[in-house]
Amino acid sequence: MIERRPVLTFLTHTVLIFGVLAICFPLWMALVASTHDGSRLSQDPLPLWFGDQGLATYTKLMTEGAAGAGTASVGRMLLNSAIMAVGITAGKIAISLTAAYAIVFFRFPFRMISFWLIFVTLMLPVEVRILPTFDVAADMLKPVRSLWDVIAGDALFSQWLGYEVRLEIPRLSLLNSYPGLILPLIASATATFLFRQVFLTIPDSLVEAAKMDGAGPWRFFRDILLPMSRTNIAALTIILFIYGWNQYVWPLVVTTDADYTTVVMGIQRMVNSGEALPVWHEIMGTAVLALLPPVIVVLAMQKLFVKGLTEQEK
Amino acid sequence: MATVVMEGLSKTYRGGVDAVSGVDLEIRDGELIVIVGPSGCGKSTLLRMVAGLESITAGSLLIDGQKVNRLEPAERDIAMVFQNYALYPHMTVFDNLAYGLKNRGESRSEIRRKVRAAAESLELSELLKRKPSELSGGQRQRVAMGRAIVRQPKLFLFDEPLSNLDAKLRVSMRLEIKRLQRELGTTSLYVTHDQVEAMTLADRLVAMNGGRVEQVGTPMELYREPATLFVAGFIGSPAMNILPGTVRDRAVWFGDVGFSQLDRPDGETVSIGIRPEHFILRPIGASPLGGTVELVEHLGSDVFVHVDVLREREMHRLVVRLRDGNIPEEGTGIGVDLEPGKLRLFDADGAAIAPPGRR
Repeated sequence: MIERRPVLTFLTHTVLIFGVLAICFPLWMALVASTHDGSRLSQDPLPLWFGDQGLATYTKLMTEGAAGAGTASVGRMLLNSAIMAVGITAGKIAISLTAAYAIVFFRFPFRMISFWLIFVTLMLPVEVRILPTFDVAADMLKPVRSLWDVIAGDALFSQWLGYEVRLEIPRLSLLNSYPGLILPLIASATATFLFRQVFLTIPDSLVEAAKMDGAGPWRFFRDILLPMSRTNIAALTIILFIYGWNQYVWPLVVTTDADYTTVVMGIQRMVNSGEALPVWHEIMGTAVLALLPPVIVVLAMQKLFVKGLTEQEK
Repeated sequence: MATVVMEGLSKTYRGGVDAVSGVDLEIRDGELIVIVGPSGCGKSTLLRMVAGLESITAGSLLIDGQKVNRLEPAERDIAMVFQNYALYPHMTVFDNLAYGLKNRGESRSEIRRKVRAAAESLELSELLKRKPSELSGGQRQRVAMGRAIVRQPKLFLFDEPLSNLDAKLRVSMRLEIKRLQRELGTTSLYVTHDQVEAMTLADRLVAMNGGRVEQVGTPMELYREPATLFVAGFIGSPAMNILPGTVRDRAVWFGDVGFSQLDRPDGETVSIGIRPEHFILRPIGASPLGGTVELVEHLGSDVFVHVDVLREREMHRLVVRLRDGNIPEEGTGIGVDLEPGKLRLFDADGAAIAPPGRR
């Protein structure tokens, strides 16, 4: 239905413009606030146009860091966030692709059980399993050690071998490390499920044609499956990168060292800086910087995403 | 170029369903064999067993004398054309044709030469840079064919390759397949449920029913001398007329009409098969067999006259094929006669009884 009455056109435009303003105004304020110095921001009214402190604020943030955010510079925080988000995205996509590939195209015992086990982990996000996950992250081999203790491994093997043995299982900690930030978040039931649905739409005859053409499992995966699901991979990359970038609780738990602070943690720390007053222009500057990488990823991937949608594939 | 031998080839699915049971077949070098049968008769399963896409439960499959039961599809050196073409949607026509060669590790120049040659013979040269989604149905079909011939395999397998095309394209692609197969001389196995395809393409025809081979022979052998009642009913359109008959006094009777000499015990029931073109229409009363014209179908070159005949309180529908001459009107009475020596007889188990005079 197309209405062409001027009043309605005016009304729809008003609503849309209002919506755009409602979304953009806070961003605008953050951008403006980051270019003033701290004292100007505590005066009434708040400035609506750029000040002259922008360059100084951003230079300080990138090199020295903000007040109340520990010792790391925002540049370092951005790097940490980027490593974490890229690691999580790449890991989730790689693991989900291979898991879905196994579940859809191979027949092995407990195939459906495996699928449902993966599926129920949807109900266990990191916030729910944070204590046990931390326990394992702090001491990776703890489950092995517990098992060894339960079966009384030392006594068992001493008896069996005839002389005293003691197995010392070392502590392997992921605290304050990039693997610690990435690994506990690296599996994704949602992505596995999505790829499974994508793979299920691929006709059997295509698999068979590839078989006749002499493509083994690996070639089929690389030459046929990956290119055919590249639009889905692009869409997931956007979603998962933002998911990884916005992680807050887990990085807070697993890192104490300022060198591993992510930018989302950093902002939170700047706002709740304890005794000192929050330094708003630096906080706003950090927030603006933290916004940029997700925006860049969306813009970069959007091209591929749209291309995949317009390019008709059957 | 290859010979294929099937010895007692069988497929039993888990759960005990026999899809294919005990197929014996010898395919000579360069022959085009068409397997025909109703859906669910096991013809596609048999083809997929030859391809290696379906495991073989019992029996053996030999290609060029070598047993290939356990070989992977690619190792059998076979190419297959699928019903829905199964082209790789993200690859250009060139890449679609080249993929099998690439996987075999052939050199780039060799691949380019072979793809060009295959594209040439199928008139695809202009389309090599397009993707399957940019092609028409007929063009996709040709790409699927190209993918098969480019590898120069020992054996072509066709799984109802024309059933997704419209009627006109089907005819031209049928001729195309025939021409290519003659030209390349590659042994081929072709599965279809379409009679016209089966009759026109086949060097020899294999009629299958219920997982078994009913008859193997040239198309005309199957048409003229069907070995079983099933083949008689399946080959030919409209189908052969089948009338119930009984043996009495060393002759076959349909009600009170005696048909043919038959040296069988009295009281045996037989089936009388008569092709539609072997009837002769007579004025009513001029023939012992008479009925009412229920329907006249004009097909241009042929006229099908449906005649209802009442015998022993049962109505039997006969289809008579006429070329021209007097076309009776619907609703009128008519006499039906037979061309001598053209009827086929089948015993109660459906096996053909040798006609008198031919032992």
